[in-house]
Amino acid sequence: MLTRLARLAFFGLVVRGIVLLVMGLNIRNRERLPRSGPAIIVANHNSHLDTLTLMSLFPLRDLDRVRPVAAMDYFLANPVMKWIATRLIGILPIDRSGRTGGNPLADCEAALARGDILILFPEGSRGEPERLARYKKGIAHLAKAAPEVPVTPVFFHGLGKALPKGSWLFVPFTCDVFVGETFSWTGSIAGFMEALETRMRALAAQGHFPPWT
Amino acid sequence: MTLAIPHNVVLALAGVYGLLVAATLIVAWMERGGGRDAKSPSELSLRIRSWWWMVAAFTLAVAFNETAAIVFLGFISYLALKEYFSLIPTRRIDRAVILCAYLAVPAQFYWIADGWYGMFIVFIPIWVFLFFPMLMALRGETAGHLAAVGTLSWGLMMTVFALSHLGILLTTGGPVNPVAGGAGLLFFVVFLTQFNDVAQFTWGKLISRATGGHRITPTVSPNKTWEGFLGGLATAAVLGAALSPWLTPMTPAWGALAGAIIAIAGFVGDVTMSAMKRDLGVKDTGQLIPGHGGILDRVDSLTYTAPVFFHFFRYVFYP
Repeated sequence: MLTRLARLAFFGLVVRGIVLLVMGLNIRNRERLPRSGPAIIVANHNSHLDTLTLMSLFPLRDLDRVRPVAAMDYFLANPVMKWIATRLIGILPIDRSGRTGGNPLADCEAALARGDILILFPEGSRGEPERLARYKKGIAHLAKAAPEVPVTPVFFHGLGKALPKGSWLFVPFTCDVFVGETFSWTGSIAGFMEALETRMRALAAQGHFPPWT
Repeated sequence: MTLAIPHNVVLALAGVYGLLVAATLIVAWMERGGGRDAKSPSELSLRIRSWWWMVAAFTLAVAFNETAAIVFLGFISYLALKEYFSLIPTRRIDRAVILCAYLAVPAQFYWIADGWYGMFIVFIPIWVFLFFPMLMALRGETAGHLAAVGTLSWGLMMTVFALSHLGILLTTGGPVNPVAGGAGLLFFVVFLTQFNDVAQFTWGKLISRATGGHRITPTVSPNKTWEGFLGGLATAAVLGAALSPWLTPMTPAWGALAGAIIAIAGFVGDVTMSAMKRDLGVKDTGQLIPGHGGILDRVDSLTYTAPVFFHFFRYVFYP
């Protein structure tokens, strides 16, 4: 109960205040975001703010259904981080080491079966800010396991300038959020990755991004 | 809760709402008639809708007290500066410098709330402009130093120093303006600036439609014509003469001169912002205001009219 109140206050006041008033979003085609699950959102990853910004685009009452999929080894490393990640943000932890055996995507598939909206960052880690890294294929395997679930690509720009990896200094910059057209499992892993990369490249090409050196 | 605005400003605001109602009705009528040309009026109606929001925000900001108005103007300044920083090339090493630069906004508007004119007028052109090049040099990265200093300073000049003249007009104009106070002067310069923008656009469209018009700055802003500029200038002068006895201590003759100065300064502000946008390769500075573009697209004229009108008015009418 207390955790739930903390969550609502965090997303309703802190995240929305920072994202909408201090930082400011320039959103294109917001109406393409899924209104109900099961659904998968795929985004590029520049900053911890990506997750919070994406979650702030959903109504507060749907907060429990929107689950960012995140690396277990990073977010469950210490108790404070673990509380923030699992209780406050509500991540769906996955094991990216592959050491445990079994299907690493089992929890994701179960969440989709429950009707959740999953947020995936197939670049794997935040990487070099504002540079697209190669996508990992886990997303394609998930789409294959849930072929009827719609996949919505989202391209972010600017958050890596506001809060890049390795820095805790938040500097306000207006952030671009471009939502792409929904697609789903294409029939092959390579074909799906190709479709995803084409869509993300097309979204990135919509924007004007000043040099950042 | 009491309204803090002088009676004449209430009447003037009522006049603006009258204009908005008229514009809304005209656009609705145009869209009803023009079935073939359905695309351009919908852009126009988007623009009018945004005007309603902007006028409502301005009304709320000036209706209660001076502090609320200063916070509002400071927030506009912050949004404009943030849009500017998001638009220009920046260096990663300057992240902390940029964060500090945002602090110039609350500082500058604090001097305004405090009525400290001496500090208001030197803070940015002396202290801030000297401090940030030092900070950047001390951080040790020299590649791109000059460009970083230049772009940072010009951004603060436009979005903080120039725009904050609206605030100092509000807080120091009261004693010299018994008819409508600082709020009357603020309304005068903001209304004439925005009306001149619309008038230059409209005159340009009306007169230049057949001939194509005579372009003033073909490489920077090809849609600006002498016809539009002079039509706007005449409109602003007439409007300045008509409004000045109600809102300012100026006689109609001084009001006409003020209107003409605002028209020229507004044109220059628009063109300098266009030059910046062309250099950056963007058409609009953002998408914050539907039908208008970004906040810099809307306040471009004000970055010149606010300081130019204030210093003209201060020189002639302040004791």
